Amino acid sequence: MEITLTHYLLLAAAIFVTGMVGFIVRRNAIVMLMCVELMLSSVNIVFAAFSRFHLDGGGHVFVLMNFAVAAAEAAIGLAILVEIFRRRRTVNVDDLKTLME
Amino acid sequence: MELNLNIPSWSDLRFWLPEAILCITFLVALLGDLVVRGRRTWVPFAVSVAGLITAGAYAVAAMNHGLDAGQFQGHTIMGSLMIVDGMAGFFRLLFIFASLVTVLFAWTSEEIMGKRRENKGEFYALTVLLTAAMMVMAEARDLLMLFLSMEAVGLISYVMAGYMRTSLRSSEASLKYVLFGAVSSAIMLYGMSLLYGMTGAMEFDGIRNALISGTVDPFALLVVVVLILAGMSYKIAAVPFHYWCPDVYEGAPTPVSAIFSVGPKAAGFALMIRFFYTTFAAGTDAGTQLVQDINWPLLVAVMSVATMTYGNLVALRQTNVKRMLAYSSIAHVGYLLMGFVLLSSAGLASILFYLLVYTLMNLGAFFYVVAINNHLKSEELSDYVGIGFRAPWAGAMMVIFLASLTGVPPFAGFVGKFYLFTAVLDKQWFWLAIVAALNSVVSLYYYFKVVRAMFLSTPAEGTDMSPLKLHWLQYVVLAMLAIPTLALGLFFEEFKGLADMAIGMMGG
Repeated sequence: MEITLTHYLLLAAAIFVTGMVGFIVRRNAIVMLMCVELMLSSVNIVFAAFSRFHLDGGGHVFVLMNFAVAAAEAAIGLAILVEIFRRRRTVNVDDLKTLME
Repeated sequence: MELNLNIPSWSDLRFWLPEAILCITFLVALLGDLVVRGRRTWVPFAVSVAGLITAGAYAVAAMNHGLDAGQFQGHTIMGSLMIVDGMAGFFRLLFIFASLVTVLFAWTSEEIMGKRRENKGEFYALTVLLTAAMMVMAEARDLLMLFLSMEAVGLISYVMAGYMRTSLRSSEASLKYVLFGAVSSAIMLYGMSLLYGMTGAMEFDGIRNALISGTVDPFALLVVVVLILAGMSYKIAAVPFHYWCPDVYEGAPTPVSAIFSVGPKAAGFALMIRFFYTTFAAGTDAGTQLVQDINWPLLVAVMSVATMTYGNLVALRQTNVKRMLAYSSIAHVGYLLMGFVLLSSAGLASILFYLLVYTLMNLGAFFYVVAINNHLKSEELSDYVGIGFRAPWAGAMMVIFLASLTGVPPFAGFVGKFYLFTAVLDKQWFWLAIVAALNSVVSLYYYFKVVRAMFLSTPAEGTDMSPLKLHWLQYVVLAMLAIPTLALGLFFEEFKGLADMAIGMMGG
């Protein structure tokens, strides 16, 4: 079987939905951040696949930038989580209700 | 595979001086803060103020030059990633002004500086960098730059929201911001990747041309529009992507909430205007046409109604002034979105003018909360009883801001709403205008609730009624906002003209 553009897109869609569902279902903030990383990875697959499809380098550049931004986002997210864990001993978002009405 | 290496020439960068100055200011302020380590907090403060003023002077000069030449259709920078045109010029000035007054006011805020002024000056450095990132948002004309600038603003905002490290509320606000921000930008990215796939282009105008000439599945394009709109409406906190907004504004230090409520929102509007009006709409003025008949204006109109109604109704039952202002800022996004759906330059110009007015009055209201918080350590409405008499001048200015937010003549908020409504009626969106008018009436109630607590309610026996001593800088900054709020209500022609010109000079 030949691997075509459609296969890449289906794979990306599957990963994206997995990440989305995980983000909504799980309550552990670290797992939620990991799910976001999954979603970003699926975007990378789409960009890389289309970049090859259109024979245009723009998509590849986008993937590299996306890596950098995702790493920065994870770094900031984890730093904040450490700060919260030190004081509350939990990373469950349902326990963080100081700001709810 | 062909990699189009469009090496930018350095000479382009002369149009990008304000941003470059701000980036350098950021580095100097950050390093300066490390060098003087906690002893002289005024160093990063002074560097930031100087940098913002210099960048502002260059931005004004560039704007004047563009206006004198009679055209400011734009210089593309770094290949075709960014464009400096009339609209970008307008937003540059708006962002620099907002950041400058925020930096000045933060100097007097105990939340930012700490009780014994032990905190370092990172706040000033971050605000400067945030300004530069927001300016790039208003200039982006390429999917890559759109994404990078939005993420830059986002990442800086997450850090600023959690600035009070000793406060659990602040950290919690920051975490909520990161989680919602990350997921919504992932959703937007997915839409962008599909759009790139359909068109094979990254520049906004390239995408539009590909959409017009090519055959695109309308349903797939609609999905893309919805995904991208989701990411952008998170940035401006429009319903249904507003969850983070009240929590973040309440938890973050108040000066940070103040800049959040105007800066990134205005930048989000700039981005939306440039993206949607170059990519999904073609032509200008009377003849703006939808590309591929994707009816995104109707989608946004529904969002606009939901946003203003939700914001106003929930604001009614808030007992915390800061949280109330957060909901009021959501309601104002609803009003602003009205101008976005009209497909007319009058609608866009009224958005720009309203953003200017909104910046003045909303920053003013937030700053008053900062000033009071320094003394009361509280933002609860019940603690505001009689506060108007304890600091009469500041109280009077707060009344101006609140009246302007309501949209009562002769204040600037009225003029802004007037232009928005006129543009809406011109395009015959009558139901939209009616809902917005009803909403304005509702908003009168909760804004007046604050005024009543400040001046009209009788304080309980034994309440401390000693006069509050506000920092002189606080009076100066509040006056810098209150006087234009009054003046723009009376002499608005000039600035409305500026907004019109900015939209007229929007390059593709």
